[in-house]
Amino acid sequence: MHAFATLLERLVLTPSRNAKLALLFAYFKATPDPDRGYALAAITSNLDTGTVKAAALRTLATERIDAELFLLSYDYVGDLAETIALIWQSQIAGEAVSPSLGDVVVALKNSSKSEALKMVTHWLDIMPIEDRYALVKLATGGLRIGLSARLAKQALADFGGKPVEEIEEVWHAQTPPYRPLFAWLEGFADRPSGHVAAPFRPVMLATPLDEADLSRLNLADFAVEWKWDGIRVQCVCDQGVKRLFTRTGDDISDAFPDVVEALNIDASLDGELLIGHYDGTKINLGSFGDLQQRLNRKQVSPSMLREYPATVRLYDVLIDTGEDVRSMPLFERRARLETLALKLDRSRFDLSPQLSAISIDDLADLRANPPEGIIEGLMLKRLDSPYLAGRPKGPWFKWKREAMLVDAVLMYAQRGHGKRSSFYSDYTFGVWTGDPNNGGMLVPVGKAYSGFTDEELKLIDKYVRDNTAERFGPVRSVHTGKDTGLVFEVAFEGLNKSKRHKSGVAMRFPRISRVRWDKPAREADLLANLNKFLS
Amino acid sequence: MKYKRPILVPKPEGLYCEAGDFFIDPTRPVDRALITHGHADHARPGHAQVLATRQTLDIMAIRYGENFCGAEQAANFGEIIRIKGATISFHPAGHVLGSAQIRVEAEGQIIVASGDYKRRPDPTCVAFEPVDCDIFITEATFGLPVFRHPDTIIEITKVSEALNANPERCVIIGAYALGKAQRVIRALRDTGHDKTIYLHGAMLPLCNYYESQGIKLGPLAPATVASGKTGGFSGSVIIGPPSAIADRWGRRFPDPIIAFASGWMRVRQRAKQRGVELPLIISDHSDWDELTATISELAPKEVWVTHGREEALVRWCHLRQISAMPLNLVGYDDEAE
Repeated sequence: MHAFATLLERLVLTPSRNAKLALLFAYFKATPDPDRGYALAAITSNLDTGTVKAAALRTLATERIDAELFLLSYDYVGDLAETIALIWQSQIAGEAVSPSLGDVVVALKNSSKSEALKMVTHWLDIMPIEDRYALVKLATGGLRIGLSARLAKQALADFGGKPVEEIEEVWHAQTPPYRPLFAWLEGFADRPSGHVAAPFRPVMLATPLDEADLSRLNLADFAVEWKWDGIRVQCVCDQGVKRLFTRTGDDISDAFPDVVEALNIDASLDGELLIGHYDGTKINLGSFGDLQQRLNRKQVSPSMLREYPATVRLYDVLIDTGEDVRSMPLFERRARLETLALKLDRSRFDLSPQLSAISIDDLADLRANPPEGIIEGLMLKRLDSPYLAGRPKGPWFKWKREAMLVDAVLMYAQRGHGKRSSFYSDYTFGVWTGDPNNGGMLVPVGKAYSGFTDEELKLIDKYVRDNTAERFGPVRSVHTGKDTGLVFEVAFEGLNKSKRHKSGVAMRFPRISRVRWDKPAREADLLANLNKFLS
Repeated sequence: MKYKRPILVPKPEGLYCEAGDFFIDPTRPVDRALITHGHADHARPGHAQVLATRQTLDIMAIRYGENFCGAEQAANFGEIIRIKGATISFHPAGHVLGSAQIRVEAEGQIIVASGDYKRRPDPTCVAFEPVDCDIFITEATFGLPVFRHPDTIIEITKVSEALNANPERCVIIGAYALGKAQRVIRALRDTGHDKTIYLHGAMLPLCNYYESQGIKLGPLAPATVASGKTGGFSGSVIIGPPSAIADRWGRRFPDPIIAFASGWMRVRQRAKQRGVELPLIISDHSDWDELTATISELAPKEVWVTHGREEALVRWCHLRQISAMPLNLVGYDDEAE
């Protein structure tokens, strides 16, 4: 448990992705089975050990220490599990020892609530303080460390010297503590079977189109489609087992029961998850903002399902009635997809239409004039391309529409992380609510931390330090006014309505496209100018 | 309060003794100041007369220049000093080099103002000495039962572990320039780290002073870019003041692991907020167990609790039928600990 507790702390405090990968690599190398497997399950949220209620542990803690002192401590620490871990008054003397992670997990899984509570009490009594937090989090099921499944899989790939796609192929068939997986990665066993009902298969991705290459493409070789601005998903139905995955293989079935339920054909389909209202003949799409209402929910209320019905716009087919069609060329898969789509519920699934573009001009015209706001560009896919895992260069291109541009004024700057720690590198910028000569104020509209060069970063950092108005921890506000302030030309991909932001709008993928050292703050955009970009 | 007329009373300038007409650790310039230790929030320049230990006076001179006060007087530990109607003596507090508790006796009352103190062993200063008293004035920087500092040596070994695991990186430790820095260096030496330790410019004069007082710190060098040319900082330990580690000064080092030596590092959100990758729970203040054990050991008639989380320690005293009250003194800063 000590190694696991240390790993958790380091993962939480380490900002750099590479350093996190190194930590996981070292842990997998140094830790025996089954502990490393259970740790992997814990950090990828695949461990169900939360049998103890935090409130019950709190009650036990306050039997040993005055409730008022507990409360004062909790107010200060701000996290219940951490407060319990730190304040716990051991009733057992002697040198502290931690049980092994494997023992803890197995015992928690196989015990009733009251037994589990007794065991946790005993472990807290014998453990050193620094290991207790991990135990409390495991026992109460609150272990969320914000590590993506993708990162964990990358660490496994590094550990075994395999491409990450191979890990993804087998991942869903594996269960904690993943002994066959580790045995394979260490070279002691063959690759474990990837077979599991309704497995995830790695998704094929497109590379950005370099406009210089455009004239070299023979458009007749390509299928052209809209690039829909939802969430890329894989819908799988395998002999009655149905799942919905994101493109990184996270299972989001629970959040979208409406889509999952409607999956009534045995297939694995690639498409875009969107909000759409069926009017009897066709699906009318909602905005990306609508889709956000449905994301990251464990349970969905009936009213949510009514107001924001989820739909899938289909791109491709990977498995057709048990047959793996990924090696077929795209045009054949498309024909299969069109046949399959006829059997699907038309209020939930429709086809992403194929567009006709004979010349580059046609293509540019399509890109410049999309018929709907929820289109973020064009896709070009070679008609003869097989469905390949990952992001091969060549068969598929994405040509995003021109970024939207706005001139905004720097309002707040925050220190960055990793290589940029100590630099003020994350910028919140705002636009005017009205004419700045006539009482208009700046209101924040977005935050960006990319798009500038290292040289520019140094200059902006200096600007922030020289023009600081106030400090709030790692954040500084800078002086702004109609004649003071730094203007950024901000590029972004779309604009949504947002109740959470004072301006009422939220930008998608904002980045700094130019630093306008020359432009006076009063000439930055008005909020009203921004509203025309609303999708 | 049991004592209707205590011999020390809080005033805007600091804690005042009428019988001796002096202040203890005043935060504004006064005629006569008695100073417990050299940290900036306790030892300020500009007093007419200062009474403190020799080492505290030296430290003040290093920080503020030779003319930091009108006249100075050095107090030896245990030496009885009369100031008007009060009898004074200084006793070790175990906080930093030169730190003292001040015992004040007048009108049949004994108060010990302990300043900042800790009870665990520290090779860089004289250990805390329990002094009998009627009223004990205690700090409460870590006055919550969640604060239990681990063993210093266990914490410091995390530094060499981090360097071994990342041989191309360096570790920058944020540590307060007086006391903490030297204690961290000493602990590194005691765990076998004998390479040159690089220091922020603000650290050097005080480290030199510690050396002159017989505290061996091993090879030290200023952390200038020249001394670390061509990746020379890889595998090294660098120590700087907490304010500098995450700022411009820290940029000159290659991919540093940011560490911070402080009792606050016990709370992980604190570490995360500060961008600390390697928290080292090393404190020059008493933790909860030390605070409560000290009060139990001294068994004073009354406890006054100052700077920090007074409320919890007062509560603890009341639960044990010990008369206690918060003493609200302004101007003391515990964040830099």
